[in-house]
Amino acid sequence: MRLAPVFLGSLVRRRAATLLSFAAIVLGVALGMAVQAVNQAALAEFGRGLRTLSGVADLQVVGPRGGFDEALYARLAARPEVAQASPVLEVWTERIGSTDTLHVLGLDLFALGAVTPALWPQPAKLDGQSEREARFAALAENNLFLSAAAQTVLAVQPGDRLRVYAGTQPLELRVAGDLPGAAEDPQLAVMDIAAVQKHFARIGQLTRIDLRLVDGLDAQTARATLAPLLPAGVWLEAPQTAEGQAANLSRAYRVNLTLLAAMALVTGAFLVFSAQALSVVRRHTELAFLRAIGLARHQLFFWLLAEGALVGLLGSVVGVVLGHGLAFGLLKLLGGDLGAGFFAGLSPTLKFDLWASGIYVLLGVGAGVAGAWLPAREAASVAPAQALKASDDSALSQRRGYPGLGLILIVASAPLCVLPPILGLPIGGYLAIFGLLTGSVLWLPMLASGLARVVPLRGPVPVRLAAARLRAAPGMSAVAATGVLASVALVAAMAIMVSSLRDSVDVWLGQILPADLYLRAGRAQSGGVLSEALQVQLTDVSGVARVQFTRHDSLRLAPGQPPVALLARPVSSDGRELPLVGSARAVAEGETAVWISEALYDLRGWRPGDHVRLPLAGSEVQVRVAGIWRDYARQTGSLMLDLADYRRLTGDRSAQDAAIWLAPGADALGVAEALKAAGGSGALEVTVPGEIRARSLRIFDRTFAVTYVLEAAAVIIGLAGVAASFAALAAARRREFGLLRHLGLTRGQIGSLLALEGSLAAGIGIFGGLTVGGAIAWILIEVVNRQSFHWSMDLHVPWVSLLVFAGTLATLASLAAVLAGRQAMREDAVLAVREDW
Amino acid sequence: MNRRACLLALAGLPLTQILAATAPTTGSAIPEAAFDAVLPGRVLRFPDDEGAHPGFRTEWWYVTGWLTEPDGDPFGFQTTFFRVRTGIGEDNLSAFAPRQLLLAHAAIADPRLGRLRHDQRAARTGFERAGYAKDRAHVWLDDWSFEQIDDRYVTRVNAEDFAYDLRLAFTGTPMLNGDQGFSRKAPDPHHASYYYSRPQLQVDGHVTLDGRRQAVSGRAWMDHEWSSAYSPDGADGWDWVGLNLDDGGAIMAFRMRQPDGTALWASATRRFPDGRIQSLAPEQVELSPLRRWRSPRTGIEYPVEWHLRIGDRGYNLHPLMDDQELDSRRSTGTIYWEGAVRVFETGREIGRGYLEMTGYADRIQVD
Repeated sequence: MRLAPVFLGSLVRRRAATLLSFAAIVLGVALGMAVQAVNQAALAEFGRGLRTLSGVADLQVVGPRGGFDEALYARLAARPEVAQASPVLEVWTERIGSTDTLHVLGLDLFALGAVTPALWPQPAKLDGQSEREARFAALAENNLFLSAAAQTVLAVQPGDRLRVYAGTQPLELRVAGDLPGAAEDPQLAVMDIAAVQKHFARIGQLTRIDLRLVDGLDAQTARATLAPLLPAGVWLEAPQTAEGQAANLSRAYRVNLTLLAAMALVTGAFLVFSAQALSVVRRHTELAFLRAIGLARHQLFFWLLAEGALVGLLGSVVGVVLGHGLAFGLLKLLGGDLGAGFFAGLSPTLKFDLWASGIYVLLGVGAGVAGAWLPAREAASVAPAQALKASDDSALSQRRGYPGLGLILIVASAPLCVLPPILGLPIGGYLAIFGLLTGSVLWLPMLASGLARVVPLRGPVPVRLAAARLRAAPGMSAVAATGVLASVALVAAMAIMVSSLRDSVDVWLGQILPADLYLRAGRAQSGGVLSEALQVQLTDVSGVARVQFTRHDSLRLAPGQPPVALLARPVSSDGRELPLVGSARAVAEGETAVWISEALYDLRGWRPGDHVRLPLAGSEVQVRVAGIWRDYARQTGSLMLDLADYRRLTGDRSAQDAAIWLAPGADALGVAEALKAAGGSGALEVTVPGEIRARSLRIFDRTFAVTYVLEAAAVIIGLAGVAASFAALAAARRREFGLLRHLGLTRGQIGSLLALEGSLAAGIGIFGGLTVGGAIAWILIEVVNRQSFHWSMDLHVPWVSLLVFAGTLATLASLAAVLAGRQAMREDAVLAVREDW
Repeated sequence: MNRRACLLALAGLPLTQILAATAPTTGSAIPEAAFDAVLPGRVLRFPDDEGAHPGFRTEWWYVTGWLTEPDGDPFGFQTTFFRVRTGIGEDNLSAFAPRQLLLAHAAIADPRLGRLRHDQRAARTGFERAGYAKDRAHVWLDDWSFEQIDDRYVTRVNAEDFAYDLRLAFTGTPMLNGDQGFSRKAPDPHHASYYYSRPQLQVDGHVTLDGRRQAVSGRAWMDHEWSSAYSPDGADGWDWVGLNLDDGGAIMAFRMRQPDGTALWASATRRFPDGRIQSLAPEQVELSPLRRWRSPRTGIEYPVEWHLRIGDRGYNLHPLMDDQELDSRRSTGTIYWEGAVRVFETGREIGRGYLEMTGYADRIQVD
């Protein structure tokens, strides 16, 4: 007997339900695939860029962002282990009058050939250039070599002049040629190292040394012998380390997005479940007949699973294709980090990854099979004789779900929340969310019957009928409610988490921006510096009551780990200016206090009161942790020192930022203009805190844009699930409607009965979804975010939005139920009843 | 690959162009530095003048010679250190300021291989990686060096496929070329250099070829020359010989060559076995090509056999092998012929030396 048409053909007969399950799986797979493909493309591009920059270096000497003493270069170059040492001084600067950032590498072209040949500057043949100029083009102090991509971005060509900031001063450079080996990096520029040291006031400093070891010497051995030569805070790293760090940094964000996509997939599985459950009930006579004529129990089970698997397969194949299309669009629209800022300045290209695509297809099939599992098992376990006799929806009506299993899953999710992160990922938190969601779905029938018991059997006929039905057959409503619960839980959890984070960031911005005006030396990362003379000048501007300067740097506390931000600004001994978490712990007289961000508490295990050693200005300094502050800006951790302490320990008196308090009655705009004028040449940027705040929140919202897309998708799927469930239920109850019409109920009454039932079922789903969503939100905040990004936040529930959302959903659900019922009542009531006898 | 990549470092700095540096153009992006001028009448003093003269634009220490293994055939070697003052970064406090560059070439002319083995290095001075002394001959670039110790030079080279470590003992006083070391390069006395040679250096030391380290001995020649305006506008390049004669005498001769192949200027110095030195005027020196050879790699044709007339004496020069072309277009962008030659007078070999021919590449452009 050919069974495929019998089973798989049934999918075609219930087109609407099949299409919805299919759509949910398409969406889940497509979103997951898109996130995966975009991230993969971005990481590949990032890695490629890094490999161009590090060339064939075996080891790299890296240190604080501020750089280290160039004497180390001479020491390392003279070592017998080193075949070639290529010194590098990196600075970031900006074209004057624009926001175009340039990543300028100061290189010694005599040393780079053996290590990073791709960075070789190629002088262009320019008209009117003397022979001597052409000859020394790569060494000349005002010559800059720009990658082809950067020339396009800046709309310049060889021979053109380019004005950039050097510190707070303008610097005119000439585009002297290109970088044929690194044509695609849109920010890359190369200059002679001596010119960079001179123009950017970095005499005597390097930020990196690329080492090529003598043949036959392995990097580990060389590292062990060379490491003692390095000053504190300067490390030898394998060039791949930075690539790994970038992958790690963006991984938490990527996994979170992927998990959201997975939730869409889970929703898809629930839809398959409800569609299959109802379909199995409708076909119970047919299935019993097949069993009676010799179809084995396991064959029936297999074929019912195959129905789910087919939906999953079709959905995931379409999803993979759609996902790549989506990824293409996202890359064009938001960039490789989906707007999160990890890979700024990259232009990645999409590649088809067979393995990842295969895994997503498997996940889609898995979702289909998982959804079909319970209904298939139920159908297969029924004895054929009994099934042939029993009325059609009895099986479903009597189902009380699996409250025991559900309870175990819910209870088990609690200890999962306290698991430490695995490979930096909150695996325990994700498992807990999954357990909570599945457990609550299994509990849904219990919830429905519980609710039915409190609904009074009073009022008009339709109300009483609806309540009676809920009491008698809670399983039916529960099936309709599963999709609603899953999507509502997801939306509520995300809404609570995002609103808590946004609210906390908003409060935090207010705490860290207490002054009237903020000033900084250019937007570029390390280009602009406020010299000591300029600092005095700024303090003397009329209308300024008080100025606080901030020095930014980054330190490397351990090899192989990303740098940690260092901020030095005036901090009082109790840290009252900081957004502290917990209370401060005063340090003793003569000790230096350091305030650490939550990331350092998590990652390095530092606790208030601990003595820790910091590599400052090339030597180790002992400081004491005075307290923990919240820092939403730097994921890898940050340290705050009092500016006076920093200056005493390093002798470095420069600064990059200033917070300015106005004298009473002073005009903010006028003072801002006067401050800008003090720097000359427009190199100083002055903003009011409101502007910074608005800009920060704008970036925040862009970052979460993708999550909003996912939420909307989840709601649409959930709603469609409700509609599909009711369509199936209504179709199954044609005889019941026929009987009710015979008994004298009007079409209108049956319509309101259906609307009521729809609202009730949706209500159960919404109620359960909100409860579970709240719990998931808590896990997202306390476990997932904390372990992924190392920051805490204050719970903030968007009550109004949630209530509006819940009400809308309930209304739409009852509407869907009515529409589905109208379809079913179109047939003649008499015919419908007669079908039974 | 490793070394070759390293040599890319020179691509922006074509050697002959550096050496041929002409008067600066106005409106240049590179600020014009005040280079010391080569003027007649300066008395060269030793050992100070063996050292570097960083005020001048270009300077080189050029060692060429013939070596033999105890029981082997003869082969040639060359070590050259160039110093170039760029005029860039004169007021830059950076230790990387590229005020002075050092470039080094080394080659072995081994007839068994049939062509040159050669290698090159380049660096800016500083950080002890590359530098020079001003009071004696001492110039180094990583582990390559040329140094004066008492009455001899020591040169060490570690190239990709050869290495040598040689001592070159003096056998007399420096031979001052031109007018007491003031050597004109053109009718215009503006184009001139300070130039002395040390012929008849007695060589012993070790050469490593194909991983085999061998003791060697032989005879070599050292040229030290510095200038701020070397090559005249009308010249394409030059032909130069430095010959150690078996009787203890020595001959240096060169001509600046015009595009039509005739001499713009020529000069020679002869040292007699008794130590007397004779300086010869342009009209007393004639270098005429006899046989030409075309390089299969570059397609460039070089005159590899010459007739040299100095005063009333005539010599024939025959190369150790034809292919002694130093092709480094992928590194320095320079192609020249620098090779070991035998000296014949009336059919009898009377000495050995080196022949250098530059500027043949530019006229015949292949690929």
